[in-house]
Amino acid sequence: MNKLRIIKDRATGAIMATITIVALLLVIVMGIGLYLKSAPIFAEHSLWDLLTASSWRPFKNEFGFLPFFMGTIWVTLIAIAIALPLSLLTAIYLTEYAHRIVKRFVFPALDILASLPSVIYGVWGTLIIVPWISDTLAPHFVDFSAGYTTLAAGIVLSIMVLPLLVSLFVELFSSVSDELRAASYSLGSTRWQTAISVVTKKSLPGIFAAVVLAISRALGETIAVLMVCGNLPQIPHSLFDACYPLPALIANNYGEMLSLPLYEAALMFAALILFFVVLLFNVTSRVILYRIEKQQ
Amino acid sequence: MKKSVIKEKIAQSFMAIAIVAVLILVVSIIWTIFSRGFSCITWEMVTSLPGGGFYIGKEGGFLNAIVGSLYIVLASTAIGLLISIPIVFYLNVFLKETSKFAYIARLAFDVLFGIPSIVYGAFAFTLMIYLGLKTSLLGGIIVTTLLIIPIFIRSMDEVAKTFPKDLLEASFSLGATRLETLGIVVRQIAPGIATATLLSVGRAIGDAAGVMFTAGFSDSIPTSFTQQAATLPLSIFFQLSAPQIEVQNRAYAAALVLTIIVLVISLLGRFITNHFSKNRLK
Repeated sequence: MNKLRIIKDRATGAIMATITIVALLLVIVMGIGLYLKSAPIFAEHSLWDLLTASSWRPFKNEFGFLPFFMGTIWVTLIAIAIALPLSLLTAIYLTEYAHRIVKRFVFPALDILASLPSVIYGVWGTLIIVPWISDTLAPHFVDFSAGYTTLAAGIVLSIMVLPLLVSLFVELFSSVSDELRAASYSLGSTRWQTAISVVTKKSLPGIFAAVVLAISRALGETIAVLMVCGNLPQIPHSLFDACYPLPALIANNYGEMLSLPLYEAALMFAALILFFVVLLFNVTSRVILYRIEKQQ
Repeated sequence: MKKSVIKEKIAQSFMAIAIVAVLILVVSIIWTIFSRGFSCITWEMVTSLPGGGFYIGKEGGFLNAIVGSLYIVLASTAIGLLISIPIVFYLNVFLKETSKFAYIARLAFDVLFGIPSIVYGAFAFTLMIYLGLKTSLLGGIIVTTLLIIPIFIRSMDEVAKTFPKDLLEASFSLGATRLETLGIVVRQIAPGIATATLLSVGRAIGDAAGVMFTAGFSDSIPTSFTQQAATLPLSIFFQLSAPQIEVQNRAYAAALVLTIIVLVISLLGRFITNHFSKNRLK
């Protein structure tokens, strides 16, 4: 009787361990799978060529990824540039100043932002942001803009990463011990001085990790960006140029890629790059965040 | 006034602006989707399948997408739960807190959580070709399951971590094996499992990039796993890219339906967390 119980216990343990290991292997299998699928393109083009050429004509065997990289980088930078100050101020207010009543409105609002699907942001972007840029903002700077621009994609993305940044910041800031704050107040500093030179300074590694995490989230965002970015394979020279980030490239061409083996390999190469960069960014930021969590 | 006090005032007004901006954004998004959606939606749209000439503005609805999304979400949530619950138990009850393996596992699931759904889609697509599967309901279910497993695991794990270790030890000291202790753990983290499930459902129903490659699209409700299936986000996306106003209006109506579903799920999750976790032992 007792033996049976122990055997059962061991057996379940073994089964659970197996499931866990199989799930973990997914990361490795994914990397290998994408690499194997994109291998044909390495046979014809060097990695350096793929990364630095800017001409994209799949049917003429020209695969320059530079426009797509620049599109991705621009859109991500704009998103972070908008979201970072906004989320920092919001998080500082929520942890250092806010009354209970304010929190009761702001936290559910952020929850809603976090739960909305990508495509809804896309719909909102095409209805609000795109017309705003083409009618109100762009005429001040350029002759004509359709509104489907790098800037539109950046704005929509910034709102999508906002809830992630705020929730990470709030968690970081509220883990700073109140004794540190008290010490700062007793030296005569104001709340803002305390927030800046004690709370955010103490959380600096965490802020860095959170931003890296937000960048990697922004890099892979597909549908919302695809709907507002204009989808022209060119290197954007201003905020009012259309762009074409990597995820949009993959999503837009999934149907036709099967007609040409090298085309498919090129798109899988795009997926492989996204996978690799996101993997690297995620591991870095998570390791930092774990270390902070452990210190408390 | 002292310089530091002036600074304080300026900083406070900036923060107020930031908070107001966030609230305005949320209201703007919800208001846009609701006002557009309600002015377009009709009963016919949510209860009928696309008719002939649907994509040039003729009659029909997007019931195919609603049902398709429902199929994919229900199946992948069920499979996701079956796979992730054992993993969470293994990490929290079977492994020690200091276990190196548990550390690596958590890191890996966090990383998987961060992998964009388009990459999952591309990967699942190659996997399906390798296995000889065509784009189908089954493909959509597979990729959505892969997508939500990390969410399941990480959010249940957060709750399981707060599980009082004394309770585990009390159970062990009475001679129970780790397997027999699971009952107690389940009862304690049940609200956590419910919230995690809702979180995953919300993510699964809103995902477009993953199912684009794998589930395809179809104007009818799939009757077997090998048929293609439509999903709500893709239905919105495709209809919005049509030039006809009638078709675009249906996209707004579909966006409204999707938003309402997601909001209800999110509210339900909040309700469960606030209501059922009160008697959790500390």
